[in-house]
Amino acid sequence: MIGVLFYVFAAVLIVAGLRVITTRNPVHAALYLVLAFVACSGLWLLLQAEFLAVVLVLVYVGAVMVLFLFVVMMLDINLVELREGFIRYLPIGLLVALLIAGQLIVVLGGERFDLDAFPFPAAHGAAFSNTKALGELLFTRYIYPFEIASMVLLVAIIAAIALNLRRRRDVKKQDPAAQVKVLARDRIRIVKMPGSPE
Amino acid sequence: MIQLSDYLILGAIMFCISVAGIFINRKNVILLLMAIELMLLSVNINFVAFSSFSGDLSGQVFVFFILTVAAAEAAIGLAILVVLFRKRGTINVTDIDSLKG
Repeated sequence: MIGVLFYVFAAVLIVAGLRVITTRNPVHAALYLVLAFVACSGLWLLLQAEFLAVVLVLVYVGAVMVLFLFVVMMLDINLVELREGFIRYLPIGLLVALLIAGQLIVVLGGERFDLDAFPFPAAHGAAFSNTKALGELLFTRYIYPFEIASMVLLVAIIAAIALNLRRRRDVKKQDPAAQVKVLARDRIRIVKMPGSPE
Repeated sequence: MIQLSDYLILGAIMFCISVAGIFINRKNVILLLMAIELMLLSVNINFVAFSSFSGDLSGQVFVFFILTVAAAEAAIGLAILVVLFRKRGTINVTDIDSLKG
């Protein structure tokens, strides 16, 4: 059962990954990337990494990919121009990818590892909580890396805001403070003129 | 039965797909960022597989940190992309050659 599920999720993951890099439209690429993340989340569930599987869907599909889609749809990009060189670089890309894949598969194939020493993890009981175990590790042994990770996120927030903060010069806008402070004599001047004889 | 090497080979295949993606989509910054996300995902598959098969949760903690850094990287990368598009009106990598001299 787990074997069948593994191959189903792996096939979905590989097909989605291939479509991400070959599809013509960046919006479709982003949606296929969402599919890849969901399939990967299923694979992690099979390994009983429940917390990370949920976080992958929540954080990646829910936040990062929505950001990607937002940017893709906001930018008015010329797709034809960006597709230039696709066919030209296809052979070298395929060659490099197949070489790396071949080498890695030879190295990672069964006989290099003592696979009998690493059986498929037995199912935890219903009382076991992956989230709790991970949290205990995260807040004791890895507390300083955890705090540094929070600083990384803070820097990312500030950097993303600072990069896109700008003062536009070509728009007219109101200055409420100046509007409130203004006095009647600044705006209107009453002049006395001699009446003209009719 | 599924073994550790099955997960590792799946991670290797995903890594190679994203390497090929960087080669063939080298003009489109958005697709380059997506290929990098896919690459980080394949590394995370390896981490989770090793962690689960060896019964040590530390690997999953590392995946947590990689997810954090990847989210920060995507946010800053897309912010730079928006600024770049506003300045130049294009996201073609070959047009970004101001430092070439």
